[in-house]
Order: sequence, then C-alpha cells, then structure tokens
Amino acid sequence: MKPFTRVTGILAPLDRENVDTDQIIPKQFLKRIERTGFGPFLFYDWRRDGDFILDKPAYRDAAVLVTGANFGCGSSREHAPWSLLDAGFRVVIAPSFGDIFKSNSFRCGLLPVELPDPAVRKLINLGLQEPGTKVSVDLVDQRLAATGFEAAFEIDAFFRECLLNGWDEVALTLRHEADIARYEARQASTLVARS
Amino acid sequence: MARTMATKIWDDHVVAAREGEPHLLYVDLHLVHEVTSPQAFEGLRLNKRRVRRPELTIATMDHDVPTFGGRAAADEVAERQMSALEENCRQEGIRLYGMGNARQGIVHVIGPELGLTQPGMLIVCGDSHTSTHGAFGALAFGIGTSEVEHVLATQCLRQRRPKTMAVTVEGALPLGVTAKDVALGIIASIGVEGGRGYVLEYRGSTIRGLSMEGRMTICNMTIEGGARAGMIAPDETTFAYLKGREYAPASDRWDRSVDRWRACTSDRDAIFDREITIDAGRLEPYVTWGTNPGQSVPVSGSVPAPSTETDERALTYMALQPGTAIEAIAIDRVFIGSCTNARLEDLRVAASVVRGHRVHPKVRAMVVPGSASVKRQAEAEGLDALFRQAGFEWRDAGCSMCLGMNPDILGPGERCASTSNRNFEGRQGRGGRTHLVSPPMAAAAAIAGHLVDVREFN
Repeated sequence: MKPFTRVTGILAPLDRENVDTDQIIPKQFLKRIERTGFGPFLFYDWRRDGDFILDKPAYRDAAVLVTGANFGCGSSREHAPWSLLDAGFRVVIAPSFGDIFKSNSFRCGLLPVELPDPAVRKLINLGLQEPGTKVSVDLVDQRLAATGFEAAFEIDAFFRECLLNGWDEVALTLRHEADIARYEARQASTLVARS
Repeated sequence: MARTMATKIWDDHVVAAREGEPHLLYVDLHLVHEVTSPQAFEGLRLNKRRVRRPELTIATMDHDVPTFGGRAAADEVAERQMSALEENCRQEGIRLYGMGNARQGIVHVIGPELGLTQPGMLIVCGDSHTSTHGAFGALAFGIGTSEVEHVLATQCLRQRRPKTMAVTVEGALPLGVTAKDVALGIIASIGVEGGRGYVLEYRGSTIRGLSMEGRMTICNMTIEGGARAGMIAPDETTFAYLKGREYAPASDRWDRSVDRWRACTSDRDAIFDREITIDAGRLEPYVTWGTNPGQSVPVSGSVPAPSTETDERALTYMALQPGTAIEAIAIDRVFIGSCTNARLEDLRVAASVVRGHRVHPKVRAMVVPGSASVKRQAEAEGLDALFRQAGFEWRDAGCSMCLGMNPDILGPGERCASTSNRNFEGRQGRGGRTHLVSPPMAAAAAIAGHLVDVREFN
C-alpha cells in the first residue's frame, strides 16, 4: 500500500446522498482479475448519462472527493475504492460512509474523512462555486484546509498508522503467529468437521 | 456481566487484543466466490504466501454463472474469472463447488444447506450479503478483497467491536406478509444507514415463529439497513434444520454441539446499545418505489411526494409520478431469485400463487433457484412444471438478475418486480427499474401484469 501523509489536490463535489458501490463501479466491470485499470469505469453509468459534474474540465484532475452521507453503501466490492484511486482520488470526504467501503478504503490507501454535515456542506459549496479550488489533507496533523475553510478530523488510530507507513496488514498479523497457533490449539474441536 | 450473543461470539474468537488496536479475530468459515477473490489470491502469490487453512475455506461460483446454456454461455471475461478460481482452488487445496457441481449455488444458499453455517461461528465472505448466515446465530459479515487476502493468509481478521442493536418484532404476521416484508419494514423504520456501526439481533415472537428460510431472508437484508451483521438466536428450529446436513456435527458430537450453541445466545439481562420494537400486526406487503431499499410503501399505498433531493432523483429515475397507486404500476419483467428469496420455501410460496394462472402476455418472468440442490428439490416436487406451464422461465442456479453480471439483465427502461435485495440505479441492468417485493407478490405481479396486492389476488 502506498503511504499516505499529506495530499493537496483539486476538490470535486458530488452533491448526492447514499451513493452506493453499484454507482461507483457498475457490475459489468467487476470481471477483471487485477486490482488496477478500474479508473475509466468510475461512475460509468452517470458519466454516460452526460453532463456529469466530475467530467467538467475543472474537476478532471481532482484528488479529493466531497460528497453526501452514507457514501459507498451496498455491495462489498473493493473495486469501488480501487476505481477511485485509479481515477486519481486519494481522499473522500463525507458525513458518513458505508461500513464495508470505509474498511476497504483504509486497506487500499484511500483516505475516508468523516466531517459533520455543515462542514461537508461548506466544502461542497466551495467546490461548486470555485471549480478547481484546492484542498490540503494532512493525515499527520489530522487537519484539512482550503480557501476560507479549516477543520480537524478524527480517524481510527490503527488505520492512521497503517496509512502513514503504508504497512502491509497481513505482515503485521503474521507477527502474531504464536497467538494464532495458540488459539488454533485451544479451539481445534470447534472447527468445521468434514463429512 | 451479562453479554449479548454478538459479544459472546466475538469474545470467543479473539486471538489477540492489544490496547488501542482492533482485535484480531479468528475466522471459522471463509466462503469464497469468483468475483471478489482473484486479486486476493494474486496478492498471496506476489508475497509468496499460502492459504493458512484451506480446509476452512469453501468456494463456489455464483455471481458470473450463466443460468441458461451452461458454462459455454459465459462471456470471455466471466470464463476467465471462473478459470482463475478453479486454478486458485486447485493450487491451494480449497474445496470448490463450481459450475456443474451438484452442490453449486449462491454462496449464502449453499453454506446453510450444506450445514457449513453453524451457531457460534465467525463467518466471512467477500460479499455484503454474508449477513444471511447470522440467521443461525453466527456472527457473519461481508468483507472486501484486501480482507479476503488477509483471511486466506492468516485465517484472522482485524476488526473494531461494533455496537449492538436489538430489533424486537412481536406478534403474528398478517396474512400475505412474509419475512421479506418484515425486512423491508425494519429498513423503512431505521433507514438505510440506521444500522451503520451496529450488529443487529432480531428477536421476539415473530422472529421465533419464522422458518430458517424466513430468518435467512431477514438477516440477508441487514446490510440494506447499513449494518454489516444481523443475527438470530439459535433454537429448536435451527437445530432441526441443521441435523443430518453434510457438514453438521455427526451424531456422536451432536448433543455436545447443541449445548454449546445454546450457551452462545444473549443473556436475559444483556444490555444493547440501542433497542427498537416493531409491531408485526402493523406490517403489510411492501413495494419499493425508489432507488434504495428504504424507499418503500405498503402495496395498498401510492407513490409518495418527494421530501428530499434524493427522493426526487429516485422518482425521475423510476419514471414515477407522486400519487400514483402502487397497484397501477405496470411491469415488464419478474425475477424470482437471489440470496434473499430463492430457497425452496420461497419457490413453494410463489408456486402456490401461480397455480392455475398464466403469466401476463406483456411480462417476461423467470425463476432462478438459489442452488443446484434447491433446483433438484423443486423439480422433485413438480414446481418447475408448474412455473413452466404458467409461462415462467426455469433456470439454473446463480445470482443472475439480482446484479446482472451474467446475461440476465433488464433493458433500459424495463420495469421489474424482483425478489432480490437492491433497487439501486442500474443494479439489474443499465436504466432498469427495480421494485423489491416478496416471492408471492412477485408471482402475483407476473400474472396481473402490474404490481398487485397478493392479499386480494385469488
């Protein structure tokens, strides 16, 4: 995983609530067996409808998405954060996220930032009124800043460390080999039996 | 101290708990399918890692599989994904119930029917509807592909302890109201993100009175209310369902297993972080009118006036006018299938509505059994003949038009009464319009040619 410390990039507003992962990456693109190459298919159906906000030239190189509550609800597909990353996004800001999407994002290097509704509203308006405006997201200090806007954000301490260092979570867990082996020795009788 | 079922199962699975870190939990059963696993196996190979417990990992093919014409009907990319799963399972010694296998089917249908899903277990799968398995008193939830890789490599998962919510449903279900309607009623009550951060425990007389199939339908839809896991305490219904199944404990270990399963239920005075109560007597058959599962009304009602921008967007997408009676909405397609509603009981109920009728000439209707086993049993009971004679297509097992990754999709503008779980924009096909309903409601709609109240349908 690519380490994440600070990112400054163009802010793209997507003023919708409950954006599900079927919208982020429609199912016809889930058949790839790689982790990359999903960027061109991000929000595919909405893009094909035409006049989609993220297609406006000012937002094309955006790195920070600000959007409505419950972003990433629905299907567990990690293809959703992969497609955002592949399209150049490093941060998504919303009042709340689908649980699985948030967990997936932490694990593949996309930073999910939760801010209260009024702060998100301000950022959406800023992005709409000043297309191309930039926002700085600092994971070290847990602060976010744009023109006339500043906010601190809370984040899970463990996943913050993982993101800052780009740690491989599997490698971290493998250090617990003794714990895992001890658990397996204790619980052996309760595991699935073969017929 | 008194503990909830979720807390007990969680505590039983803690491998390591360091201050400030998520707990490291042990996974008893890892279910794998073709769509969310290839990148996980690739990650293992790149890091020169192997699957730690292949014997606790079970794979099937469901998302991509054609439901007509066999494997030859799969497109090139789907075939590549299925071949990748075969190769990965072969290399790692994982049991695979692939296309053509007698045990193949939707992952959340075959886990329970094979007896793999058992009370007290921690079960994961790279699929959000893994919550289904909670119907057995297991802690079961969907994970992403990075987590799939983590479980393959370590048989463990790092998680923060969720909050607990008791959802109590009391009373007898009115005639025509099914488990699907209970699920839609709960989601309408808590909202599509009401369950975020929680594990739900469904309890009360209504829940205890449900079959395992009905309980699975309710737990399956938990994720549509934002919660990753929903569960129901195991009881005699659970034990009777499990006994004798292929992977269930054999007779010499049965009694001991049942004692252990009983002990994992919530203590009488356990405290939940949140509690809600639903009066079953007030539930009706529901129909979704919008583009998320929380946007539903009773079938006797009408399309509501929009109160938010989200509602307005949904109405535009669904091409519906506020005030239109739900029963006045004509449909083009009917889909009876999915991990929500494609078990034998669902097909029996739908068949009982269809008996003696014909599918409306303007409707194309299909039944997709949840597993090869469900298909065989239904055929043994003659349900296939009944559906076929009425004009339904009778297909092979798979996820099919729930998410349209195979050739079963809606065309742009087509309107479908569907027993699946998500009415998201484009979910069943780009531009397709989905109305979520129960199996008897879907069957009645197929015959009437429009959404119809099954309670008044002869």
